Amino acid sequence: MNDSVLFLVLRRMRAPLIAMILVYAISVFGLVLIPGVDADGKPTPPMTFFDAFYFISYTASTIGFGEIPNAFSYAQRFWVTVCIYLTVIAWTYAILNILNLLKDEGLQRALATNRFARKIRRMSEPFCIVCGAGETGSLICRTLDQVQMRFVVIDHRPEPLHELELGDYHADVPALLADAQTPGNLLLAGLQMKSCKAVLAVTNSDDVNLAIAMNVRLLNPGIPIIARAEHAAVATNMQSFGTNFIVDPYALYARRLALAIRNPAGFQLAECLTRVPETPIPEMPMPPTGRWIVCGYGHFGRAIVRELDALGLHDQVTIIDPRPTAPDDHQAILSQGTESSPLIDAGIADAVGLVAGSDNDINNLSIAITARELNPKLFVVMRQNTAANSVLFERFDADLTMITTRTIAHACLSYLTTPMLGRFIREIEQHPADWSSSILKTLQPCCKGEVPFVWRLQINRAKSPALTTALLADHEALTLRTLLTSNRQRDERLPLVALMLERSGHLTLLPPDDFALANGDKILFAGPRDAWNEQKVTAQNANALEYVLHGHATTGSLLGKLIGHN
Amino acid sequence: MNLEKVVFGFFIVLAATLNFGFFVGDIERPELHHIYELFAAIVVNLIATVLKFGDRTQIGAIHLATSLVADLQLIAAAMTWGVAVHVTGVGMTPEITASVVSLSGGALFANIVSVTLLIAETVMMRR
Repeated sequence: MNDSVLFLVLRRMRAPLIAMILVYAISVFGLVLIPGVDADGKPTPPMTFFDAFYFISYTASTIGFGEIPNAFSYAQRFWVTVCIYLTVIAWTYAILNILNLLKDEGLQRALATNRFARKIRRMSEPFCIVCGAGETGSLICRTLDQVQMRFVVIDHRPEPLHELELGDYHADVPALLADAQTPGNLLLAGLQMKSCKAVLAVTNSDDVNLAIAMNVRLLNPGIPIIARAEHAAVATNMQSFGTNFIVDPYALYARRLALAIRNPAGFQLAECLTRVPETPIPEMPMPPTGRWIVCGYGHFGRAIVRELDALGLHDQVTIIDPRPTAPDDHQAILSQGTESSPLIDAGIADAVGLVAGSDNDINNLSIAITARELNPKLFVVMRQNTAANSVLFERFDADLTMITTRTIAHACLSYLTTPMLGRFIREIEQHPADWSSSILKTLQPCCKGEVPFVWRLQINRAKSPALTTALLADHEALTLRTLLTSNRQRDERLPLVALMLERSGHLTLLPPDDFALANGDKILFAGPRDAWNEQKVTAQNANALEYVLHGHATTGSLLGKLIGHN
Repeated sequence: MNLEKVVFGFFIVLAATLNFGFFVGDIERPELHHIYELFAAIVVNLIATVLKFGDRTQIGAIHLATSLVADLQLIAAAMTWGVAVHVTGVGMTPEITASVVSLSGGALFANIVSVTLLIAETVMMRR
């Protein structure tokens, strides 16, 4: 790629270079032909080629030595006057051309691509490729940065990339202004590098995401693809060639809503574990069962109605939609739902909940405001499509707001950073509400009202060498308590909760403190960042582990060990 | 007919012919090798080189390489001449003349390669 910049510059500089060569040649040749004059006024032979070239060189560059000893003849002076103007024009032309070239968009882009490629080549840590830096993408980026994972961004719009540049990130973020559908650009972003761990296709367009997923599957079949797909057909297509995780934000949210109706504590726990860490813990909503009105029967509406049906509310759901979609034997009203009469027809007076789920934010707000006026006790679920409208939605304060971009980001992140979390969420869905509320109760003192970090600790030689060595030495049984103890003060317990332990496919939920650890265990923890870091040190550093286990503060040196034994 | 191609071909052939004109003649006799011809050969060769900039094809790369070789040889010849006349002051002795002319002979060879490439390219195009 370096060549292309060089070639571009050379190509653009052709005309000015030729102009310079010609001007120099003409000037030198003129001086070589014109006779000079000596002090007595007698003609002398003309300058030699070398003298002429030397003279023109310092004249043309406006250095103007005046070092040639003999005064010029009038003929020479005439010619030199012409030469001065010619060369100045040639130089100006060349310099203007160079300046123009520097401003040239093509060159700038080629330079940026070069810089990007160099950064990627130097990237030694594991990273993932985020395609699309819009609202979803930037939210994902911010969180990945927070959990100290490196990433590379590709987007075809310059604005989101500028914002990314201005963003306050810990790590350097290589960003490429290019179309992520093109295989070449994905390869440039390091798709086939060993340290590339995953690709996230989270652009706004399903088709683009599909193309990215296909590219990745063919170019690097080994790594997971996380793709956003709003249409069922695209999702099925992606599934057909083995996309690992397909995010359908609407189905996902409908499922969460159903969980909230069945099990509010479970909803709160699931939200608390999947949101962006260090943001406030979401409140516990209490969506009631009863008559629900769903406005807008698009992807979102359909997903919601499906979940409500599954909850046994089939006969109590009324759908309001301007399109004659004929929703299968539900009560339906053909209207936008923004005025009061269709809402009254739908039975708003005795309804308990309303979903404003069209793809138009202003319509959704209008529906919700009208409905609240008609029935102030209504539980309102709203769909927000663009982040720019956040202020309006916050002002209205619906009971639940589904922000498409945020839902996608949370789902991608939890899959990417903690693959075990998905299974834990499924367990939440299957357990009764008091199980979730007891976990919430233990979690609350740990994280002081903020969403905790959720991570997976693997007991193996690569991820936790100290722990593995201790387990292999087999002097005593290591229990989970080891991982919950502070390595600064061993009477202190770290503010952590062990949520789930996986041993050869078998799950143990909420393992007790005296649970014996074994090599190959994977444990899902939740807690604040400091506790996470401290636990990492205990698992990796033999001296810290020694202190936690026995209370000896060693430095690990040979001398220290010898003294210690005696 | 493409004017750009005409200009391109013109300069390449002119570079070779001027080079040949300087080279031809008894190698030891300075009066058979005029300095104006060397000057013209250098200028035209430089222009031919610049014209070859920015072509990314394989044949374009070889074109550029031959031109750079010719430039190098001709400039070396001119410098030998200049040093002999102005710096050391020995003048155009048969030895110096021979070395100047043989340097330009090297450049001539590079120019012949360049012309051959030009012809090969034209034949390949079949249009």
